[in-house]
Amino acid sequence: MTQSTNYGQSWLTRPFTERSTQIFLAVLLGAVALVTFLNLTMPEDSALHVSTYTVTLMGKYLCYALLAVAVDLVWGYLGILSLGHGAFFALGGYAMGMYLMRQIGDRGVYGNPELPDFMVFLNWQELPWYWYGFDMAWFAFLMVLLAPGILAFIFGYLAFRSRVTGVYLSIITQALTFALMLAFFRNEMGFGGNNGLTDFMDILGFDLRTDGARLGLFVASGIALAIGYLICRAIVGSKLGRVSVACRDAEARTRFIGYRVERIQLFVFVVSAMLAGVAGALYVPQVGIINPSEFSPLFSIEVVVWVALGGRATLYGAVIGALIVNYAKTVFTGVMPDAWLFALGALFVLVTVFLPKGIAGLLAGLTQKKASTDKSVAGTAQEAGV
Amino acid sequence: MSIMTEFTRRDRVFEFLAPTQSPVDVRHGPILYLEDVTVSFDGFKAINNLNLTIDDGELRCIIGPNGAGKTTMMDIITGKTRPDTGSVWFGSRHNLLNMNEPEIATLGIGRKFQKPTVFEALTVFENLELSMAADKRVFPTLTAALTGEHQDRIDEVLDIIGLSDLRERLAGILSHGQKQWLEIGMLLMQKPRLLLVDEPVAGMTEQEMERTAELLTGLAGKQSVVVVEHDMGFVRSIARKVTVLHQGSVLAEGSMDQVSADPDVVKVYLGEDD
Ligand SMILES: Nc1ncnc2c1ncn2[C@@H]1O[C@H](COP(=O)(O)OP(=O)(O)O)[C@@H](O)[C@H]1O
Ligand SMILES: [Mg+2]
Repeated sequence: MTQSTNYGQSWLTRPFTERSTQIFLAVLLGAVALVTFLNLTMPEDSALHVSTYTVTLMGKYLCYALLAVAVDLVWGYLGILSLGHGAFFALGGYAMGMYLMRQIGDRGVYGNPELPDFMVFLNWQELPWYWYGFDMAWFAFLMVLLAPGILAFIFGYLAFRSRVTGVYLSIITQALTFALMLAFFRNEMGFGGNNGLTDFMDILGFDLRTDGARLGLFVASGIALAIGYLICRAIVGSKLGRVSVACRDAEARTRFIGYRVERIQLFVFVVSAMLAGVAGALYVPQVGIINPSEFSPLFSIEVVVWVALGGRATLYGAVIGALIVNYAKTVFTGVMPDAWLFALGALFVLVTVFLPKGIAGLLAGLTQKKASTDKSVAGTAQEAGV
Repeated sequence: MSIMTEFTRRDRVFEFLAPTQSPVDVRHGPILYLEDVTVSFDGFKAINNLNLTIDDGELRCIIGPNGAGKTTMMDIITGKTRPDTGSVWFGSRHNLLNMNEPEIATLGIGRKFQKPTVFEALTVFENLELSMAADKRVFPTLTAALTGEHQDRIDEVLDIIGLSDLRERLAGILSHGQKQWLEIGMLLMQKPRLLLVDEPVAGMTEQEMERTAELLTGLAGKQSVVVVEHDMGFVRSIARKVTVLHQGSVLAEGSMDQVSADPDVVKVYLGEDD
């Protein structure tokens, strides 16, 4: 971000010429390749061996990182503090879960070739209409994008058209994810209620319980994060990205110079929701379950904490924040499960006080000592405010 | 059949795709025309039967004590506030009361707010780039790439507002006066027909004021400029024609010497003239 932007370049190729993006991609893809290599080649007793368990854990973190990038796109650059992105993540997850359920076929406990076990258990006679098509991968994968995308479109259309912003918008996004959680808890909804969707067997013909499939999902998560990051960089580095920042900092002014603020907000919000959906879809086969707890309002708030810790309006900060906090969570909950929320809260307070621009701000501070002028958008992004 | 031919005509775009805006028509006189405009907030008439006419290319100063309704008048012209009664015309073709804020902006009315609002997290250059007259819909904005022609236009405006040396700086670090000029520059990027400028010299140093006076008088002729100002000295230094607003309507209109000799104006400004 410190080098001067090439305003004349095409928006699609611009990210590849940005130094920060090049470094990010090199580190990410390098790490994914290294882990893959160590998992495949090192003998199990070697200190350098990365177990498949660890690979899957890292795959899960990468999905969280993609979700964090999606949240940073709307919060960091557009100023929309969404406390409901967990809903888009979960919807993508459910779309994938429905595909995985249909892949089980007649291998379920009840052996019904059409109906998932939980439906047989509920004495349902036929598949609800909204489960049609999910036996086809292409359709399910399309729904991974469309389900969160359409929800975000309808929600955003109504909210942005009525110029709901700031704290009010944050509160409605919480209400949205909470309402969906309650709805998905109900058995009649046809999404497995409380238990959600689980006992998956295979994906695209590969057995999910094999090391190969797990490694494949990890690599896919890494690639999805890379592509998601590039999409966000392309938007953020374009004129539209600068208009987003303008909407964030001076919405009325942006309107007066002729931009339809609500349409810009809607576009970026929908893209972000779709990225969150992809993250959820890759997450589900790796953890083996999707249930309504992913809609929990608390989860969406946690995601915002990752972004705040990593540093808003940098994208790579969101990735760093998601990885660090989730690694800490894994370690912490192993040692003192009850103390995690307190630790997270304490971390949040400490960072807000001592590192208002997050970890990315710290990194930028170190590298910018050399550079005389700072034109980083993150540099003056409004701190933690809405 | 006739519908088919209508849809397959190649010599023009479909009706719903054609730009709805036609150029501003000033052949029949003024560029801006307010007639019998009234606005009340909770029963209080902020604008009361206001009549105002601005000619094409004119530089007009609007003065008046605090609360006279100057800012509210600008809100009405730019579509931010809807009047209770009256009509507002831009040229003889465009009824501004039927248009929303972005439409009015695209039509060629630029507004400078009382409090300078520039995009602080963007550079001076980027502030001008975003303000440039262009297709401002989502996808054209996403795919926009700056051409040499755009670059020249930005350079030209940077030169007019005297910020060429600061082009790569974040707008947030500019001084108060520089922000005001940048904001005027942002308006100029839109190639407006009419500029509305609200209290441009509030909080400026003498030098900055002089520079601003030069800037505004330099603009008049190429576009119409309406300046709302408190500072009498400043108004005297730029104005050709002054309108005095008081309690939401016009109290006096004429040259600076005429209005300052007007007994009503003297009464309103008694003890306030500085
Ligand atoms: N949105 C509003 N609601 C209620 N009263 C308002 C509103 N806007 C302006 N006013 C009132 O209208 C009067 C004119 O305000 P304004 O146009 O800001 O005056 P000026 O810019 O001339 O100082 C003031 O008395 C102000 O309090
Ligand atoms: Mg005012």
